[in-house]
Amino acid sequence: MNKLVSPTAPRHAVRPTASVLLVSLLSATLMACASKVSLDEVPVTDRSNAPTAPVSPLGQGAVNPQAQGGAAPSNEVSPVQVTQSGDVQPAQLERVVYFDYDSFVVKPEFTAMLEANARYLKADPQRRVALEGHTDERGGREYNLALGQKRAEAVRRALSLLGVSEQQAEPVSFGEEKPAVNGFTESDYAKNRRVEFTYR
Amino acid sequence: MAGSALALTALPMGLTHAQFRVEVAGVGLTQFPFTAVAFLGNDVAAHDMAAIVRADLERTGQFRFVEPLAGSLDENSRPDLTAWRGRGTDSLLLGSVTRLADGRFDVRFRLWDVVGARDLGGLSYPVSAADLRLAAHRIADQVYEKITGEKGVFSTRIAYVSKVGPRYNLWVADADGENARAALSSPEPIISPSWAPGGSQLAYVSFEARKPVIYAHDISTGRRRLLANYRGSNSAPAWSPDGKQLAVTLSLSGNAQIYAMGAEGGEPRRLTTTTSIDTEPVFSADGRHIYFVSDRGGSPQIYRMSAQGGQAQRVSFQGNYNISPAPSPDGRHLAFVSRVNGAFRLHLMDLASGEVRPLTETAGDESPSFAPNSRMIIYATRDKGQEALMTTSLDGRIKTRLAGAQGDIREPEWGPFAR
Repeated sequence: MNKLVSPTAPRHAVRPTASVLLVSLLSATLMACASKVSLDEVPVTDRSNAPTAPVSPLGQGAVNPQAQGGAAPSNEVSPVQVTQSGDVQPAQLERVVYFDYDSFVVKPEFTAMLEANARYLKADPQRRVALEGHTDERGGREYNLALGQKRAEAVRRALSLLGVSEQQAEPVSFGEEKPAVNGFTESDYAKNRRVEFTYR
Repeated sequence: MAGSALALTALPMGLTHAQFRVEVAGVGLTQFPFTAVAFLGNDVAAHDMAAIVRADLERTGQFRFVEPLAGSLDENSRPDLTAWRGRGTDSLLLGSVTRLADGRFDVRFRLWDVVGARDLGGLSYPVSAADLRLAAHRIADQVYEKITGEKGVFSTRIAYVSKVGPRYNLWVADADGENARAALSSPEPIISPSWAPGGSQLAYVSFEARKPVIYAHDISTGRRRLLANYRGSNSAPAWSPDGKQLAVTLSLSGNAQIYAMGAEGGEPRRLTTTTSIDTEPVFSADGRHIYFVSDRGGSPQIYRMSAQGGQAQRVSFQGNYNISPAPSPDGRHLAFVSRVNGAFRLHLMDLASGEVRPLTETAGDESPSFAPNSRMIIYATRDKGQEALMTTSLDGRIKTRLAGAQGDIREPEWGPFAR
């Protein structure tokens, strides 16, 4: 950024001085490119071949002099793509526990289902299950994530009492992000307050 | 990289032309009358500088546009200020666009105080074609600051998440919602984006590994670092103001608890030790405290503790559901969401007095985040599953709405001032 002098001054007096720097930075940012990330490769680091020192031409050249000096944010955005994968689930098992509103208690009607899953896990110590906690859509996303975790943890404790090892069952939460049904009635909400067993 | 290029073009582009629409509510607003004359030579550029500046200023609700007098002027002109005063404008923006020999554009402006008959100064921005909008936003920032005395935020950026069909995208857009570009595209949810100080990185929670995991993402290069992938859930990242550490929520103990971890990784240090839910940590502007949500008292409420952990003081007292604390960068206010008669509404607390007032009359407000000048709040609102982003002034009177061209948009986070 260059301060303009009074309107009567000749135009060449205010020519920008940062052109060389700007051009080199611009060409660096233009090289940034998209890349694909497969789920199989998670955790992901350094997926892009892009250069490491992008600087916005204006960020460097146009802020007032006192504010200069730090690494200016680039206006470039390099997109990252994530692709999907699926796991085959054992067909013979019931795999969902439902919860009452604002409740984390595993109801007695799910005892048989929990026992069947516990038997399946104990039959092969290599089997792994994710206990995926969910809430209905009411309330904040992060708070619901914590509530879903509480439901998943309740199911993990129930499995633990049935002799399933900690290593085989990981309690995780999706909060309100993956409703089983999209709707806004109490019966829709009831179908979304759940823990799903996903075998991996 | 042919495959990558294909993937890029396959991104849904419906949101790239989104724009905030102003909905000014209430009366008695004092608005600054201003005029921006079409920049001389603007025909050589793809964007209308004066129009972008005008839209930026009008969107604040603090400015009223006055149609210009006939005739072409630029930053070198000496306008007849008596005539402009007669027109009823207080401020006059003049400028020009010139194509440079290297293909870039030189965008210049000068601002006149019409009432005081003063030249308020001018600047020159040599920019690439891709940065023409940014140059216009920077001019709007200059005009806003000269006239109101507050720093403008038009050249800052916002991050948000869209859900279109089964696809989730994390977007980075100009503060006016234009120029949106996808930083991440995934078949699984993305939540809780958090800008690093300086604005080059975002931390966020991605479910792409079929569980919530925290990444730090350099948005200009697309480089990602796995920040936290511990047993259970990893969520709610928030950077410290010095950028050296993050507060996060982990469930290593079985319940959601708050931890601090280095921005470059390393062992998390537990900051809360309860059997309740402790989550949504966020640093105060001075970095000395962490605001967070806990149900230790029986219902979710906002608390404050030292950034080192330890004793917490309860901050929210009205109602039985207060979540998503967002402190203002100037340290004066706390925005949060409170449930009132079943409606989730954005509220604002004056931290000095503890006084709380609602800023909206909607029922599904979420995820507030302050503009870096502390003058506006961006938040998401949803009604029967339809989601949009809103901005509001701190008195709640001036609101703007950004709706996705298709699908839902949510989880806004206002980026910092460019360094």
